[in-house]
Amino acid sequence: MSSTNKLLHFTKKGIYCPQAQVYIDPWSSVDKAIITHAHSDHARPGSNHYLAHKKSVPILKHRLGKDINVNGIEYNESIEINGVKISLHPAGHIPGSAQVRLEYKGEVAVVSGDYKLEDDGLTEAFEPVKCNTFVTESTFGLPVYKWKKQKEIFDDINNWWRQNKEKGKASVICGYSLGKAQRILFNVDKSIGRIFGHGAVTIINEAMSNEQLNLPLIEKANSTFTKKDFVGSLIIAPPSAIGNPWLRKFEPYSLGYASGWMNIRGAKRREGIDIGFALSDHADWNELNTAVKETGAEKIYVTHGYTAVFVKWLCENGFNAEELKTEFIGESDQE
Amino acid sequence: MKQFAELFEVLDRTNKTNDKIEIIREYFSKANDDDKIWVLYLFSGGKIKKKFNTSRLKEWAIEYANIPKWLFDESYNSVGDLAETISLILPDKEIHTEKTLSEWIEYIEDINKVKEENRKEKIIEAWKSLNQNEKFVFNKLLTGGFRIGVSQKTVINALSELENIETNIISHRLMGNWHPERITYRDLLNSENIRDEISKPYPFFLAHPIEDKPEELGNPEDWQAEWKWDGIRGQLIHRQGELFLWSRGEELVTEKFPEFERIKNFLPDGIVLDGEIMCYENESPLPFNLLQTRIGRKNVTQKILKDAPVVFMIYDVLEMDGVDIRFKTLKERRELITNYELRITNGMFLKISKTIDFQSWDELRLIREKSRENLTEGLMLKRKDSAYQVGRKKGDWWKWKIDPLTIDAVLIYAQKGHGRRADLYTDYTFAVWDNGELVSFAKAYSGLTDKEIKEVEDFVKRNTLEKFGPVRTVKPELVFEIACEGISESRRHKSGIALRFPRISRWRKDKKIEEADSLESLKKLLK
Ligand SMILES: [Zn+2]
Ligand SMILES: [Zn+2]
Repeated sequence: MSSTNKLLHFTKKGIYCPQAQVYIDPWSSVDKAIITHAHSDHARPGSNHYLAHKKSVPILKHRLGKDINVNGIEYNESIEINGVKISLHPAGHIPGSAQVRLEYKGEVAVVSGDYKLEDDGLTEAFEPVKCNTFVTESTFGLPVYKWKKQKEIFDDINNWWRQNKEKGKASVICGYSLGKAQRILFNVDKSIGRIFGHGAVTIINEAMSNEQLNLPLIEKANSTFTKKDFVGSLIIAPPSAIGNPWLRKFEPYSLGYASGWMNIRGAKRREGIDIGFALSDHADWNELNTAVKETGAEKIYVTHGYTAVFVKWLCENGFNAEELKTEFIGESDQE
Repeated sequence: MKQFAELFEVLDRTNKTNDKIEIIREYFSKANDDDKIWVLYLFSGGKIKKKFNTSRLKEWAIEYANIPKWLFDESYNSVGDLAETISLILPDKEIHTEKTLSEWIEYIEDINKVKEENRKEKIIEAWKSLNQNEKFVFNKLLTGGFRIGVSQKTVINALSELENIETNIISHRLMGNWHPERITYRDLLNSENIRDEISKPYPFFLAHPIEDKPEELGNPEDWQAEWKWDGIRGQLIHRQGELFLWSRGEELVTEKFPEFERIKNFLPDGIVLDGEIMCYENESPLPFNLLQTRIGRKNVTQKILKDAPVVFMIYDVLEMDGVDIRFKTLKERRELITNYELRITNGMFLKISKTIDFQSWDELRLIREKSRENLTEGLMLKRKDSAYQVGRKKGDWWKWKIDPLTIDAVLIYAQKGHGRRADLYTDYTFAVWDNGELVSFAKAYSGLTDKEIKEVEDFVKRNTLEKFGPVRTVKPELVFEIACEGISESRRHKSGIALRFPRISRWRKDKKIEEADSLESLKKLLK
C-alpha cells in the first residue's frame, strides 16, 4: 500500500502525486482530484476540486452533485501545477475516459484508469502514451479473456434481436448504464425495431447529449407504454434489472447481458439470463499485454482485477511490475 | 461440426423445454444421418470409447498456447472446466476445414490407434482447425465429459414430431446398448426387427410426489400402497436365455450384479420385471450407501459380493411369455406376479414387494410414520386399474415420501464449485460438535439462492483462516440446516457416519454455532 515512486505515491486515499499535490481517482475526499472517468469506483464524492475530461463533466455533476467544483479539459491539453505537466489522453473505455499523464523533470508517469484498445466507434480510441511508469488495470488479466471483434459481437446481438422479434418477443439487453449502454445503442442495427431505455440509461443519455455524441434519442420504458409497444423492440437496461420485477412488463422477452464476464459459460448460467454477449469496455488479455509493451515503461503498477496473476506474468516476461492494492472494482454489477 | 457446436451452445443457454424441442427438431431436420446418430448417442449419455488422458491434453495445450503452467492453472481455477479452459486459451482457428461431427469423432477414434508420440500432433492439428466453440465441443468429446442439459424426453418429443413416430415407440427404440458404429440412424428409428431387441427395457413409469393429502386421491379402495424402497430402481429382463439388468438411468448394470445370473435358473423366459435393486440380508434392507460400493467399482470383488448382498425387489411385471402386458391393469399384473411367487422366491435374490393393507388414509398415514425405521423412503400409491405408462405422468402413480431429517451444522470449509459455479465458493463442508470440537461430517452444495451464495462468498473471503490449495478454512460462524434422507454408519468417514442426499435446506441466521447439533445426537438416529 505504501509503495513509493518518484512521481507517484500510493497512499491510503489513493494514487497521489506529491509534487503537484493531486490525487488520481482517490477513494476518499481530498483537495484536488483528477478523475479518469465517471464510473463510481473511480469518481467518488467529497473532494474540493475535480479535474476531468470535458465529456466527463456533466456525468460527474449528475453523479456527484451539481455544485461540485469541476474543470473539464480536452485530450492532449496540458496544465501545469507546481512544475508538473499534466495532460489527459484517450483511454477508449467510455466516452470521455482518460489516461492521466504526469511529467516532472523529464520523468513521465501514466495512470490508465480503465481502458480498452479496440475502437468502438463512439468512444475516442485509445492512444498509447510513452512513459517511465505505467499504472494499468487488469480486470480481465487472464488468457481466457480474449474478445471477439466488436463487429462479430454486434452481429450476434442483431441476430438475437431479429429472431426475438420474429417470435414476437421483446429483447432486453443489460449493460452498465454509463458507457456500455451507449455503446450498444450506437452500434446496434437500428433498422430492426424500436429501442427503449431503462430510466438509469436514458438519464445518462441526456447528460451525455450535450456533448454531441450523436446518440439516437430513445424513450424511457415507462408506464405510458403498454406491452404491445415493446413487442419486437430492444430495451437497454442496467445489470441491476436482472431478476427485477420491472422486467415483467416486457413479457414475453429474452434477456441478454453484455459483459466481458460472459466469455465464460459458468458466468452466463449463473446470471439467470437467456444469452450472454462478451462485450467489454476493458482490455482483454492480449490488449493488456500490448498496452503495457507500447508504453515502454520501466515500471508497471497493476491495479484492479487479476493483479497477482498479471504481475507474475509481466515479471516472468522481463518487466518490472508490482501489485497495487486499490479500491477499484472493475467490471461488476454495481458498476 | 459448426452446426453441432451451435446446437450445443443454443441448448446450453435455453431453459424452456418447448424451445429445446424446437431447436433439436430444427437440427435433426438439417443434419446428415451420420451426424444424427452420433448426436442421439451423445444425448443418450453415450461416450466415445476411450477417454483421453486429461493431463496430457493439458500439457499439449500449455505448449501450444505458449504460456506457463501456473497461468494455465490460474485460468482453469477461474473457468472451472478443463475443456472450456483449453478452448479459451488456445489461439484462434488457423486452418480451414469442413469436417462434420461424425468425421471428427472418427478422427478422434483414429488418434486412439496411432502411437502415443504421434497423438499430440493430431490433437494440435485439430485445435488449429476449430474455432473456440468447436474446440470446446471437441475437447468435451475427447475427455468424455459430455453433458447436455437435455432430457431424453425432450429429444424423444423432438424426434417424434419430426419423424412422425409415437413417443413411446421412439423411447423404446432408443433404449438398449446400440452404438453408432453398428447401426444407422434410419435403422435405429425403424428397429423393430433388430436383434438387439432382446436387451431392450421399457421406459420406466415414474411417480409424482404427493403432498400431505392422499384424501384428494379419493377412495382408498382404489389404491394399492407399498413401501418406497431405498435402492436403485431397475428393470430385470430375461429373454432368450439371457439376463439383463437396467438401472433407471438407462444404464445396463448387469455386470455389477453377477449373482443375479443364477436367477435364470428359476425365472421363466420372456419376462420383464420392474423393481428396486437393493442391499438386503436376513429379511431386512441394508443402508443405501452399501449399494454404492457396488455401483462405484469397476470390478465387483468377492469381498463386495459378501459385504453388500443384494436382491431385486419386484414391483411390477411388464412382459410375460414374451408379450408386452403393460396395458393390463395393475391389479391384473400384480396377480400375475403373485402366481409366480412360489417359483420366484424359492430362489434367492428375488423378492416381491409386499402391498400394505389399509382401510383409510389415516391408517395409512400412521403406517407411513414407520417408513424410516423400515429403511424405506416412504410410500408408493398406485391406482389399481392403472396401466404401466411411460415417463412421469400425473394421476395414477404417486410417491408419498417422508420428510427429510434435518441437522443444524456449522460451515467450516469452502471450496470453489465446478461448472456453473466455478468462480464462486459454493462447495461447503459442514461440521457438528463432538466433545467440544467441531468435526466435519457432510458436504453439501445446493439449496441456497444466488443472493445467499453471494453473501456466503463475501463471508468466506473476509473470514478465511487458512488456504489449502483450493480449499479455504473459514471462521466457524455460519449455521445451516442440512436436510438428508437418512444417516448410516460409515467407516470411510472420519465422523463415522454418512448422510444420504445431504443438501442445504436453509440458512439459520438465527442460530449461533453453539446451537448446532452434536455427533452424538446424530448417532442416535442410526438404525
Ligand atoms: Zn470503468
Ligand atoms: Zn475501474
